[in-house]
Formats: sequence, C-alpha cells, structure tokens
Amino acid sequence: MDRGLLESLNAERRARRAVIRVTNLATGAERLVREAELDRADPLVAELAARFRSAKSGMVEAADDGRLFLTVHVPPPRLVCIGAVHITQALAPMARMAGFDVSVIDPRTAFATEDRFEGVPLFPDWPDDVIPGKVGLDAYTGLVAVTHDPKIDDWPIARALEAGSFYVGALGSRKTHGRRVERLTAAGVDPAAIARIAAPIGLDIGAQSPAEIAVAVLAQAIQALRRRPAAEAARAGTSGEAAPAALPADASS
Amino acid sequence: MGDALDLSEKDVLGIAEAWRGEGRAVALATVVETWGSAPRPIGSHLVIDEDGRFEGSVSGGCVEGAVVGEAVDVIGDGRPRLLEFGVADETAWRVGLSCGGRIAVYVERID
Repeated sequence: MDRGLLESLNAERRARRAVIRVTNLATGAERLVREAELDRADPLVAELAARFRSAKSGMVEAADDGRLFLTVHVPPPRLVCIGAVHITQALAPMARMAGFDVSVIDPRTAFATEDRFEGVPLFPDWPDDVIPGKVGLDAYTGLVAVTHDPKIDDWPIARALEAGSFYVGALGSRKTHGRRVERLTAAGVDPAAIARIAAPIGLDIGAQSPAEIAVAVLAQAIQALRRRPAAEAARAGTSGEAAPAALPADASS
Repeated sequence: MGDALDLSEKDVLGIAEAWRGEGRAVALATVVETWGSAPRPIGSHLVIDEDGRFEGSVSGGCVEGAVVGEAVDVIGDGRPRLLEFGVADETAWRVGLSCGGRIAVYVERID
C-alpha cells in the first residue's frame, strides 16, 4: 500500500466521506474511489455503487484484472432527533443498538432531561444553536423531526435536506405536512428536496404506541440508508451530479 | 451487527499512518475472505511494525501470532502475501480457528 494513498484514505474517513480502496491482490495495484466521484464509465461502477450502499468489503472478479479486493470505508451513520418526546425515548436506544450514533435536540427543557435520555448526547437548545457546530449534518446523518412544532422542526428539516441527509422524517398528519410543505416552499427550499421528506414519519406498519412508532421510524431510516441511490450521497458534495448508469433495480426507491 | 461493533474499535488505519509518520516500517494485514464462521468480518485490519508490535485484529487472537511473524518478513522483502488459515485436525491446536472457519489474510507493506 502506498503511504500517500493511506493518507488520502484516512483524510476521507476523517471527513466522514465514503471511500473504497480497490486492490489487485496479485499485482498490488491499487486505487481509491470516492463515492462523490463515482464515475459511470468505471468498469466496476455497479459493484462499487452496491458496496457503498451495503458498506461490505469483499472480493470481486474483474474481467481483465483478475481478483480485486474492495475495502469499503463508510462513515458510521448518525441519527439526529429533533424533539425529546416519547417516540425519541424509545427510538434512541433502538437506533444505538442498530449501530447509529444518536443525538437529541430539544429547546424545551422539560422534555430534554438527562433522566429521560440516559447516556444519549442531549442538547437542550434550539437546533440553530447546535447545528452545524456541535451536531453536524451530512449524507450519512438522518434527521428525525418529531416535536410537532414548526418553530423547532422546520429549520433543521431544511438544513438536513440541504446537506443531502440520507433520511429526513417528520411527524404529523398529511394535513400538517401539507402546511409544512407550504412553509418550506415559501422559505425557498427546492421542491425536489421537499419531496424527499418522509411524512407522515415511519413505515406504514400500523404502529400505535410510541415504541411501535419508533420501530417504524428506525426501519424507514435503515431502508433509506441501505437502499439510497448511489448519487444521493454524492449530491451533497457535488450538486447536480448525475446518477451512475448501471444501478441495481432496488436503487430506484 | 458487525459494523456497529466496529465503531468503537481502534482506528487501525489511523495508527498505521501515525506509525509510518514516525518513520517506522509498517505492514497492514486485511481479512479478505472468510468461509464458515469467522471471528472478524471481511475488511478487518491489523497493523504491524518491524519490531512485531501490532494493533487491531484479524481473528480475535487465533492467528495474530502467525500473521505478525509473516508481516515482519513482508516488511523485510516488500512482497505482499496472501495467507490462509483454517481449522485442520493437525493444526487446530497450533495456528487455526477454534470456531471451525477459514480466513484469508492479505499482508502488505506500507511503502
């Protein structure tokens, strides 16, 4: 392995950008592929796109090159919850078990208390006081907005859409969401971005209790992370980047 | 769940870069294939320096000793090696995986 390549690889990892190292185990030839620069002309494009989604390293047989090993480095996914409500109390431990770094933001100090969220990074602040400074948003961060209060939810929703977050879910009925769409549109948010909001939040599994809703939200966030189009994450870094041509069918959801 | 558990583990590639930056000769071992039950997932790393000091893991302790020995040779001649470890009757209690799996480990020098 070339030392310069190792340094580039680590720089990408520290910046929370996904990268794959392609190594020919027979010859030692190697290259780095950044997710944001995934090229549709790359002979491995479909394989690389699938690996960025699955985050799994592994061997691939290339037509000309023989056996190549793909070491996949994907940032640890995060979930930022706006609203220290009942759903979040159930969602935070579940999401941590599923491998997400979780943080909770709620300026209403009656909700955002340590004993309700033991061991979870908790910010009893307005979202614009801690985002982006203390709580970053990027392509590998999902946003769950569940305060039901536009004063608190709208701003971080718009920021998460801008940042290309893999998941943006918002609580509220269709009617509530309709008014949210009107407000975000009036605020100049791109309609295509607004269409990415999962609202009403959560997979439609008939969830009733806060814990059941948390399951529906977590499942929807995981689905968004693992089935996202390859270009979705790339868009955060290079706006307007076209999707690679050869993608598996399930990438279109 | 493997990925989730990895998050709290040492940043082996960061350590490799730091060691190399200190002027130490360094090799990197990577799990590139697994068959059956394997203790560490594909992509797991172990970094080794010329004195046999190491960080990370490729097997949870079963074959690290052998990998470190090979890595010192790789550092010496710069030639990467693909090592295979499995549980065979005659080696089960020497170098092998007590869980019954097989793994392939690629060892390369960081130049």
